[in-house]
Amino acid sequence: MGEHNRLAEGLRAYRLIAGMWIRSAMTYRVSFVVTVFGNLLVTGLDFVTILLMFSQVDSLGGWTLPEVTFLYGLSVTAFGIADLVFGSMDVLGTRMRDGSFDTLLVRPVPVLAQVGADHFALRRLGRISQGVLVLGWALVSVDVAWTPAKVLLVPVMVVSGAVIFCAVFVAGAAFQFLAQDAAEVQNAFTYGGTTLLQYPPSVFGKDLVRGVTFGLPLAFVNWVPGSYVLGRPYPLGLPQWVAFTPSLVAVACCVLAGLVWRAGLRSYRSTGS
Amino acid sequence: MDTDTDAGTGTGSMDSGFIEVDGLEKVFDVRRKTGFMRRERRQVRAVDSISFSVARGEMVGYIGPNGAGKSTTIKMLTGILTPSGGRLRVAGIDPSRERTRLAHRIGVVFGQRTTLWWDLPLIDSYRLMHRMYRIPDGRYRENLDRLVELLGLADLLDVPVRQLSLGQRMRGDIAAALLHDPEVLYLDEPTIGLDVVSKARVREFLREVNTERGTTVLLTTHDLQDIEQLCSRVMVIDHGRLMYDGALAGLHEAGESERTLVVDLERELPPIDAPPPARVVKVDGPRQWLAFPASESAAPLVARIAAEYPLVDLSVREPDIEAVIAKMLHSLGDIPKPPSQRASA
Repeated sequence: MGEHNRLAEGLRAYRLIAGMWIRSAMTYRVSFVVTVFGNLLVTGLDFVTILLMFSQVDSLGGWTLPEVTFLYGLSVTAFGIADLVFGSMDVLGTRMRDGSFDTLLVRPVPVLAQVGADHFALRRLGRISQGVLVLGWALVSVDVAWTPAKVLLVPVMVVSGAVIFCAVFVAGAAFQFLAQDAAEVQNAFTYGGTTLLQYPPSVFGKDLVRGVTFGLPLAFVNWVPGSYVLGRPYPLGLPQWVAFTPSLVAVACCVLAGLVWRAGLRSYRSTGS
Repeated sequence: MDTDTDAGTGTGSMDSGFIEVDGLEKVFDVRRKTGFMRRERRQVRAVDSISFSVARGEMVGYIGPNGAGKSTTIKMLTGILTPSGGRLRVAGIDPSRERTRLAHRIGVVFGQRTTLWWDLPLIDSYRLMHRMYRIPDGRYRENLDRLVELLGLADLLDVPVRQLSLGQRMRGDIAAALLHDPEVLYLDEPTIGLDVVSKARVREFLREVNTERGTTVLLTTHDLQDIEQLCSRVMVIDHGRLMYDGALAGLHEAGESERTLVVDLERELPPIDAPPPARVVKVDGPRQWLAFPASESAAPLVARIAAEYPLVDLSVREPDIEAVIAKMLHSLGDIPKPPSQRASA
């Protein structure tokens, strides 16, 4: 059983379990439709906030509305994808408290896939569609001299960003092995992180920007590569090639998150609940 | 790894020790708040050097008071928890190290939490098992048909699980745990909360599975009748230690347990003059309660009362399991425990 094999097994299990949750949700069709639209509208309120701000000012930290919209669209889309894939991991703590986590451990498939697919909810497509709409509008209205590198960077940003957020979800969930009521800590970094990234880095303090660049590397979701695309200097004065590293950062995040998850699972299995 | 026992996969060599437990231990670090930021660390021995072996096809009852270490043992046997010490093999597999491989060979039923899909028809949960465990199509259909027949699930397959009664759901859960032909079935309180009919049905089914497929069954229960009707062997655990391992009859002897004869007389009378060791323990109007040793037959006592008193009705109550265990533990309590075991670091 190599790593590759386990990955394939995990994806297969994820698909099977997510399918069951989708079918469960479909037994309440009306409720499903309502929550998809509700999700789209509620997540869209963040964007309304930005529009309201720009009705009073012309720029935010020196960034124009289309530029902020570009950051917003990237952040929300990337986060939306991660939220769809791993967004329910905060129920892990509940599962450990009520003992149902044990039932996952006696199944012949990877636990991470089971926990990730737990409570899989298609209503989260609402957030993704909203992000894609805003991003699309930003791409046509932003004042950028598009080069092939810049065009290529946009999908790279979305995918790498989604992977970075996934890693944060997994690492945050692993934290629940130590403190089973820690779901809110995880939410602070995921939901909190995406809200942060909806605004330009220049409106925040240097230390915070440093923190999400070198510590929890959320800045690689949109700030760093986005600054390059928009032709703006990154506040920390990083060299330009850094803009092309989001994929590498994403891979590194996955490896770290995987290690943290394993350590968490190991500690659960040696201490119990 | 398996140099001492069960090196072969042939059935013959593994029969004696299908489940092998040797000096199994589980120590939990318990942190307790003693002040605002101060914590006290203490070690709790949930399972304290337990050893036993279960042969293929045995049906064993695993009983003990709450918090005795039953679930901790089961969790180690299924690979959910990693032991702190000792040796453990199920079908030649070290559960904690090869949890996913073991999962294909064991079935687990957690009495109070269902693994079925709440909002979906029962059959959907089985289809998921089919694919998750990669059960060959023919085998799956065969097993499903048999389980549906034995457990009376035919009319329930298309019903969403949330609409099933507790007894129906338990039967559904048991079927789900057996679809992949596990060699061992662990049941945690399989009859808890069920009515008499459902209990009887579950027991009858477990007996059938055991004889028909030779499935090894290990069950924890609070219901002495589960043990009486199913298990030839009982293991009693208390404070993490194995206190008794043997036949149920022996447990009664060790506990000197008593059965109760409830007698309804025609009218209120002074306590019945019963031959010792039987004695009247309670009188309430025309009804009287007599205790007598569980190892003796009730017949002579009943005959004598019927002959000498105006008898209207009577019934015999089996000792309840807690009482039997409590008595047994009490009588064993005089035996000094090995001094090294209880000390915590």
